[in-house]
Amino acid sequence: MILSGADIVVNCLKDEGVEYIFGYPGGAALHIYDAIYNQEAVKHILVRHEQGATHAADGYARATGKPGVVLVTSGPGVTNTVTGLATANMDSIPMVVITGQVPSGLIGDDAFQEVDTVGVTRPCVKHNFLVKDVKKIAETIKKAFYIAMSGRPGPVVVDIPKDVTAEKAEYFYPDKIQMRSYQPRTRGHNKMIKKSVELLLGAKKPIIYTGGGAILAEAEAPLTELVDKCGFPSTSTLMGLGAIPATNRNFLGMLGMHGTYEANMAMYHCDVMLAVGARFDDRVTGDLDKFAPNARIIHIDIDPSSIGKNVAVEVPIVGDCKSVLEDMLKVLDGKTDSIDRPAVDDWWKTVESWKAVDSLQYDMDDKLIKPQYVIQKLFEITNGDAFVTSDVGQHQMWAAQYYHFEKPRRWINSGGLGTMGFGLPAAMGVQLGFPDDLVVCITGDASIQMCLQELSTCLQYNLPIKIVNLNNQYMGMVRQWQEFFYDRRYSHSYMDALPDFVKLSESYGHIGIRVDDPKDVEGAIQEAISLKNRLVFIDVMTDPEENVYPMIAAGKGHNEIQLKPCRNEVENRELA
Amino acid sequence: MKRVISLLLEHEPGALARVAGLFTARGYNIESLTVAPTEDPSLARMTIVTTGTDAIIEQITKQLNKLVDVVKLRSLSDGRYLGRELLLVKVEASTADQRNEMQRLVSIFRGRVIDVTDATYTIEMTGHSDKVDAFLLALNDVELIEVVRSGILGIGRGKKILRA
Ligand SMILES: Cc1cc2nc3c(=O)[nH]c(=O)nc-3n(C[C@H](O)[C@H](O)[C@H](O)COP(=O)(O)OP(=O)(O)OC[C@H]3O[C@@H](n4cnc5c(N)ncnc54)[C@H](O)[C@@H]3O)c2cc1C
Ligand SMILES: Cc1ncc(C[n+]2csc(CCOP(=O)(O)OP(=O)(O)O)c2C)c(N)n1
Ligand SMILES: [Mg+2]
Repeated sequence: MILSGADIVVNCLKDEGVEYIFGYPGGAALHIYDAIYNQEAVKHILVRHEQGATHAADGYARATGKPGVVLVTSGPGVTNTVTGLATANMDSIPMVVITGQVPSGLIGDDAFQEVDTVGVTRPCVKHNFLVKDVKKIAETIKKAFYIAMSGRPGPVVVDIPKDVTAEKAEYFYPDKIQMRSYQPRTRGHNKMIKKSVELLLGAKKPIIYTGGGAILAEAEAPLTELVDKCGFPSTSTLMGLGAIPATNRNFLGMLGMHGTYEANMAMYHCDVMLAVGARFDDRVTGDLDKFAPNARIIHIDIDPSSIGKNVAVEVPIVGDCKSVLEDMLKVLDGKTDSIDRPAVDDWWKTVESWKAVDSLQYDMDDKLIKPQYVIQKLFEITNGDAFVTSDVGQHQMWAAQYYHFEKPRRWINSGGLGTMGFGLPAAMGVQLGFPDDLVVCITGDASIQMCLQELSTCLQYNLPIKIVNLNNQYMGMVRQWQEFFYDRRYSHSYMDALPDFVKLSESYGHIGIRVDDPKDVEGAIQEAISLKNRLVFIDVMTDPEENVYPMIAAGKGHNEIQLKPCRNEVENRELA
Repeated sequence: MKRVISLLLEHEPGALARVAGLFTARGYNIESLTVAPTEDPSLARMTIVTTGTDAIIEQITKQLNKLVDVVKLRSLSDGRYLGRELLLVKVEASTADQRNEMQRLVSIFRGRVIDVTDATYTIEMTGHSDKVDAFLLALNDVELIEVVRSGILGIGRGKKILRA
């Protein structure tokens, strides 16, 4: 079949099984837009800003496990995607972003809307391509999907000059692609797997520390089986929440800067650590010199460069963590009796004493709405079964702490880049992927204003997202740092001149509810959920100066974790 | 410590920028970098000289391997290898004394005079970087007009082979 380059692009997407493409038109992409007009297989979602398109595709990918697809024009269309590309890249999210480029003959001439797309995006993607020949479009798009989805996933950009989308070629979409320069390894090394099991069996104070890789690998089943079989204390990074059900009796909650007391203390005091698809990020390790000083570490990761990057590892296992965990379970089979139970029981006693500190306890108030209470209520009302996206700040941490995720792919947030503006467009992608499920976006008064324009997209496509704005009238996370480390000099962290979010939502054709009394929180959430087919924006006026605890200040060790100030006696007792 | 890494990469536009960009983005040192096509026109071969602790070098090789365009990589300095540099140097040589002295040094270091004007000699010399350094040191009293060094090209000894 002889087709134009533009038709080839669209056919590739169809043959790849792409359901949605998030995009925004412009000159260099118009041939492709014309090809989209003539078909129905691939549905195009028109966003209101290219950043929104990338976050929406990203949210879709995180929730469904399928690659997110974006189409934008050259120049400003491309530069507007950069934040979304970097966001996806940091969290290893698979996306394919197709960008129009000025005609081949004009490249390098500072042509209208020209930008060096491959150059601009290179540091924030897994890979990128410039397609100069119409005959190469199909093969390149196949490669892009393959690279995005395999190994350590990530975003891939395919830049296509306008003239190439007009030229014609025979269309053939390969089923499979082989690349001599790219062959990610998935099976773990046998010897290392045996060694890791030996180490686990000999542990007296073990901990299992899981991350985003466990979600990406869909390793929840073997992971939970391993946790249950061993009966070891387990914790997760912000990115791994939901792989081990939050109610699992071995689960200690999140670790790291705002993790629970028990998770961080267990990390500090452990003797054997099994890290599964986690990358020892500085928000997790704190001061590396004080990180788990007595631990012998096993690290499973599909990306060899994640292993040994920040922390020295005794047993490195390069591979897909689902396959590696399955292999570990086989080796472990029949051997769990040799676990040193008395030692592990003692360890659990210590862990339980840390748990008893109840580090997530917060004060209730009958006038001021406590943000933690809002999340707790949301959790209870939704039975922990909603898809929850978030923006970046205090509300993100409270969501992670008080919404207990039972399932993977339900917690959608920007961890690595920490991109404000992510929450709403990401929720659009999730809602499109799961049209019948409840999708909640937990946001803050500052973050929501960074991709607010997407409220319009939500109306156009009937996306009944529930937005919960924890409105503290501050960039709360920034204010918290200024309170702690800058002697309360709140430099530019006050959100002056906030809009009336209720009226704003209404003007976009949605429903807005304001809540300023703790008694009304529950009712408002229930009402929003009952309005099944409508987007509802709940503007919750919260305690402006509430802080996120516990907290490990940057550069401190896990054992230097700070609890809520009124609880200092507990802390001092425990740390003595 | 100085390390020599040799890689084969897809001979695609942008591949060089990916390697160079990786070094700047991650704050690694590049002492020299050479690249040229190979007998297989779809592949380019690159020799990189860098410095760093063992941990840094390990990260550098892992990060390079991770680049989609990199087909194969070998850390040459982990084993026995041959490293050679090409030097082109233009010196002042207008008097008979200067010319004689230059001829003498060039023959000791087994270089060649490849261009002559009434005021200058241009000399070509290849060898181990130490030899190039030593030659330049020997030219201490001579006025150097231009010095061009290629950076190191490396190849493993004997059976140590890097091929796609
Ligand atoms: C305001 C704010 C506060 C934060 N506070 C915290 C905090 O308190 N605690 C916390 O944990 N984080 C916190 N973060 C997030 C933090 O910045 C990092 O994003 C996060 O810790 C990284 O999680 P991870 O280690 O699971 O890695 P990810 O970024 O999820 O990386 C996944 C790892 O798994 C590997 N992988 C991918 N696929 C596979 C596979 N199939 N098999 C095996 N391995 C695979 C990848 O190579 C990578 O190494 C915070 C972020 C923000 C914005
Ligand atoms: C795009 C972007 N700019 C700046 C920051 C730095 N930053 C982190 S949290 C935060 C404040 C967020 O305020 P808000 O959305 O109101 O959430 P809160 O912390 O009050 O819950 C800022 C400015 C960021 N993460 N992203
Ligand atoms: Mg706020």
